[in-house]
Amino acid sequence: MTTVTEPPEEDGSALADGRPAQTVQAPEAPHREPARSPGTPPPAAPDDDTDEHPSPPGVSRALLGSLLRPHKWRTALAMGVILLQQAAVLAGPLLVAFAIDRAIPALRRDDSGPLIAVVCVYIVCALASGLLQALFIRVSARVSQDVLLDLRGRIFRHAQALSLDFHERYTSGRIIARATSDVDALRELLSEGLEELIQVALSAVYISVVLLALDWELGAAAAASFVPLYFIARSFRRRTREVYRRTRTAVASVIVRFTETMNGIRPVQAFRREEANDKEFHRLNSAYRRANGDSALEMARFVVSARTMANAVIAAILVWGAYRVADGGLELGVMAAFVLYLRRLYDPVDRLGMFLNSYQSAAAALDKIAALLANRPAVPEPRQPVPLPAPQGEEPGREVVFDGVRFAYREGVEVLPRFDLKIPAGQTVAVVGATGAGKSTLAKLLVRFYDPTGGRVRLDGVDLRDLETPELRRGVVMVTQESFLFSGTVAENIAVGRPDATREQVEEAARAIGAFDFIAALPEGFDTDVRKRGGRISAGQRQLVAFARALLADPAVLILDEATSSLDIPGERAVQRAMHTVLAGRTAVIVAHRLSTVEIADRVLVMDAGRIVEDGRPAELIGGTGRFATLHRAWRDSLV
Amino acid sequence: MSRNPSHLPSKRSPVRSLLRLRPYVRPVRVRLLASAAVATVASCVGLVIPLVLKEIVDGPVAHGDPGGVWWPAALVLLLGLAEAGLFGVRRWLVARPLAGVEASMRADLYRHLQRLPTSFHDRWASGQLLSRATSDLSVLRLFLVFPLVFLLVNAVTFVVGIVVLLSQDWLLGLVLLLPTAPLVVLCSYFETRYALAARKAQDQAGDLATVVEESVLGIRVIKSFGRHRSMARDFWRRSRELRTTELRKAELLADIWAVIMTLPEVAIGSALAIGATRVADGELTAGTLVAFLTTALALRWPVESLGWLLAYSNDAASAADRYFEVMDTPTTPDAPETGDTGDIADTGDTGDTADTADTGGTPMAADPPRSPRTPKAPAAPDGIRFEGVRFRYPDAPEGSPDLLTGVDLHIRSGETMALVGATGCGKTTLTALLPRLYEATGGRITLDGVDIAELPRHRLRKLVAVAFEEPTLFSATVRENVAMGAPGAGEAALHKALTTSQADFAHGLPQGLDTEVGEQGLSLSGGQRQRLALARAVVGQPRFLVLDDPLSALDVHTEALVEGALRQVLATTTALVVAHRPSTVLLADRVALLSNGRISTVGTHHELLDSSPAYRELMSGERSPIR
Repeated sequence: MTTVTEPPEEDGSALADGRPAQTVQAPEAPHREPARSPGTPPPAAPDDDTDEHPSPPGVSRALLGSLLRPHKWRTALAMGVILLQQAAVLAGPLLVAFAIDRAIPALRRDDSGPLIAVVCVYIVCALASGLLQALFIRVSARVSQDVLLDLRGRIFRHAQALSLDFHERYTSGRIIARATSDVDALRELLSEGLEELIQVALSAVYISVVLLALDWELGAAAAASFVPLYFIARSFRRRTREVYRRTRTAVASVIVRFTETMNGIRPVQAFRREEANDKEFHRLNSAYRRANGDSALEMARFVVSARTMANAVIAAILVWGAYRVADGGLELGVMAAFVLYLRRLYDPVDRLGMFLNSYQSAAAALDKIAALLANRPAVPEPRQPVPLPAPQGEEPGREVVFDGVRFAYREGVEVLPRFDLKIPAGQTVAVVGATGAGKSTLAKLLVRFYDPTGGRVRLDGVDLRDLETPELRRGVVMVTQESFLFSGTVAENIAVGRPDATREQVEEAARAIGAFDFIAALPEGFDTDVRKRGGRISAGQRQLVAFARALLADPAVLILDEATSSLDIPGERAVQRAMHTVLAGRTAVIVAHRLSTVEIADRVLVMDAGRIVEDGRPAELIGGTGRFATLHRAWRDSLV
Repeated sequence: MSRNPSHLPSKRSPVRSLLRLRPYVRPVRVRLLASAAVATVASCVGLVIPLVLKEIVDGPVAHGDPGGVWWPAALVLLLGLAEAGLFGVRRWLVARPLAGVEASMRADLYRHLQRLPTSFHDRWASGQLLSRATSDLSVLRLFLVFPLVFLLVNAVTFVVGIVVLLSQDWLLGLVLLLPTAPLVVLCSYFETRYALAARKAQDQAGDLATVVEESVLGIRVIKSFGRHRSMARDFWRRSRELRTTELRKAELLADIWAVIMTLPEVAIGSALAIGATRVADGELTAGTLVAFLTTALALRWPVESLGWLLAYSNDAASAADRYFEVMDTPTTPDAPETGDTGDIADTGDTGDTADTADTGGTPMAADPPRSPRTPKAPAAPDGIRFEGVRFRYPDAPEGSPDLLTGVDLHIRSGETMALVGATGCGKTTLTALLPRLYEATGGRITLDGVDIAELPRHRLRKLVAVAFEEPTLFSATVRENVAMGAPGAGEAALHKALTTSQADFAHGLPQGLDTEVGEQGLSLSGGQRQRLALARAVVGQPRFLVLDDPLSALDVHTEALVEGALRQVLATTTALVVAHRPSTVLLADRVALLSNGRISTVGTHHELLDSSPAYRELMSGERSPIR
């Protein structure tokens, strides 16, 4: 019986901790767009991994609780097993005491019964402690692995659900740090630390009870010794909390720098950045080293004070016990048991320190993770999703309406002043204009990377905000300038457009866009692994793959955001030829700085400073005297 | 979808893997040894305490003389304090040095990775590299802090404890020794299986890191296609695989724990039976039995710890394997820094002083012998010459033809050559050979008559500046990003470069040239990034310039402005420009057409338009009628 379930079908990571997604708790930090935003302030924290949202206290504990709750029965089982196991382990000294005080005198009376009984019980306890320990490890490993699985999944899904402006702010390295290094810290706590704590705590309770039962005076003295131990542990915790926070931050900075270098290795080498990078890395690495060293030194302090305390208590109880035995107030065996128990009681004090260490480290990591998970997606899923109406007629295209839309960055820089725009189903619209005119923002509103600040964007009358992601992506798909390839084969990369596509469909899409020949010429054709981010596939070829993806996705509305920039002229022509058939009946928005793409458009929008300044058929505009006519002449001149 | 090219089952023994850590441990070996010695003493002090206990029980307590308990009790206290102090000292000794070992291993890894050839990075997913630099190295640090020392300490404690036991009563001692042999056998059986699982888990964790990384770097594609659910499924599948392996590890651990806990306890139980009988018979004092059992119980920790010490050592061994897999990959040997390659005019370099000390990362003890020099360059600089250059990717499948099959091309000094060819024909690869990001597999390339294979890479890359197809900006200020093309470039040069590439928008950024850009800074558009990357390439007024489709992301208007300014730069350098469009081609004096791995034609744009149907097709997109 496994309590693990498939990831929730709805895009529910935002809801994972029970909060409604609708509370769009907007991050305070400036929202930025990848494109031109020269007026925006720089990001809050460039180099170090400080969260702009330190999570309120208790959030990480609530997170841990929500992770453990589904496993409460299994956790209870593990607790039960460990209770029994510790009872079996700790019976040992008690049995020794019984053997010395009862069985030996009985033996002297030629009664071997008690001894045989004691030894049998001892061996049964030995077997039980071993087997229960094994059972405990299995059960608790299940719990902790399931918790980690859950946590990893939550981080991953949440990061995927968060909107682009978040990703642009948070940096990839830090998300990677959350999902790897920080989860590792929790893994350590769950797989080793927690077990230690349970065992230490349980044996402390058991031993105290046994000691009190054996002799309440000595027992009370031993129990009293927990008080200073508690204070020592508490001060250790307080001192290390800061150290561990520094550790998590430092390791994240190291990760950020590391990934940036590895992902940009070509320019690093070509521009001889190795030395400078080494220096910078050394700085970050040293901060991490110092934090690690500090935590180890704190641990040394803790071990010294805790052990000193423990050994002093043992010596004191020894003297007192000896007096009592000599008085006849205490049996010799009881005193022996006492000393055995006390040694055992304080033995795991090192391990307690290690637990506190991993706890501290995990707590710091959980804080960071909780802060990440506390970010609400700025583009939330609808609460009451609405389906798209059935397509009207044969054509796949749908009507797009920008209804009083305006868009501004959070800090108020207006990119698109209020405008209305209607694109009838099946129309191909080219959007042109200078860098920074707002072309890409228009596209990003239509693909719902952002929501408009005012007004609404409607697809066949339905507000984009009311569409669930799968429905939205059946409606609108965008091909961007940067065509990222994932690890895997070329075929798999094209199938990103439609995962259930057959091989024939994948090849058909590649053929339609003119990518078939180069793919077929690769060493293993469509099954060629693109390696790391397509090291061997040129930028132009990557754009063709990205196009094939979009064709395969077969959307009602296709957006091309400067998607042909790296193609050579034959490639671009092939794409244009393909577009004639592909775009037939589909609604398309083409953002382009190359005017050659415009030739296939039914309509051209010229944008300037966020406004649509010209709108008409290409031939009309070219023939006119407006900006487009000027742009077009310049482009003509740039050709052969 | 293997993300890690070297999933080889580790046949090496864990001990040998761990021994490879020696060079890193050497600087701290004194402290590490001292720490082990201190820990051993402390641990043995702990063993003496039961002996004192015996004296108390058999002496003052048995004789009803409580006053006599004071001295032994003081001794117990003293020993206890010594034990505590020593354990503290041991930790203090290694706290900083071992954090230093981890840091220096990480720095070395980073340093090495930066210098590995690009082809290495093509093969290795960076998630796998990252997991080596973080998780694996912290496993190794923790291994040095605890398991390594305690394998030794616990072994010594065990031996000393057994000697103490035997000296107290040899029969009881032997009973306790009995389970040792089966324990050793079972542990080694366990160890081999656990090692495999540990390695698998680490590799799977690396794969998981790769998925995370790609999901973040490819977020735009994922969002455009609404694919986050299938990404999540992929991630889910991989994390379930990792979970399965981790559970397998836990099962192995559980089994070994069961054995390690049970066997010694059974032996102690038997010793209790025998001991009690002998006390009853008067052959043994009660104090001896108490001391014996106390000692035996004190030995439980060293024995029980064996399970996780072994497990941890195995984790550490496979972490070391993974680390050294990367470290063992050789960097391509570099030409010696002879210092007199100055026959190449180093015209525009302003930042010479900053670089002279560099030896490309491989420190050399003595001046290496001079390599035979190519004939002195002619008085007039020769430009760039490709002679029969061949290239194939090291991991290209056998039997496939070379990508470049003999490129012959001469770019005269001061000339700008456009390189055109069909998509995927090897243009970018050819340009990557010039700064030796890849090494040509045949033929040679000379710069002003000097074979680039004989130039130290560092020097070569100072001579050759590149603007890549994909403009990558680093997390640094605009100023730093541009100036990395020519360390030490003055403000004037910087401004000039920005003007050339029409990147004057940089002055208008919130902090002007000091605005942080790159992943951790302000996001710029593709066109803006491309213009900054271009500024970076031209800022040092390099002798040789390689531009890979440098204007692709610019709009028509900006493109025209950049072209105008770039012409002036190109007039003073020898340049190779990969071109996709006529407008870029027109920057060049001549055009070379790359097809089927060779340069098929060279000529001016108009010559080639007239003479080469293939060229015409590339430039106009119209298939030419067959003549």
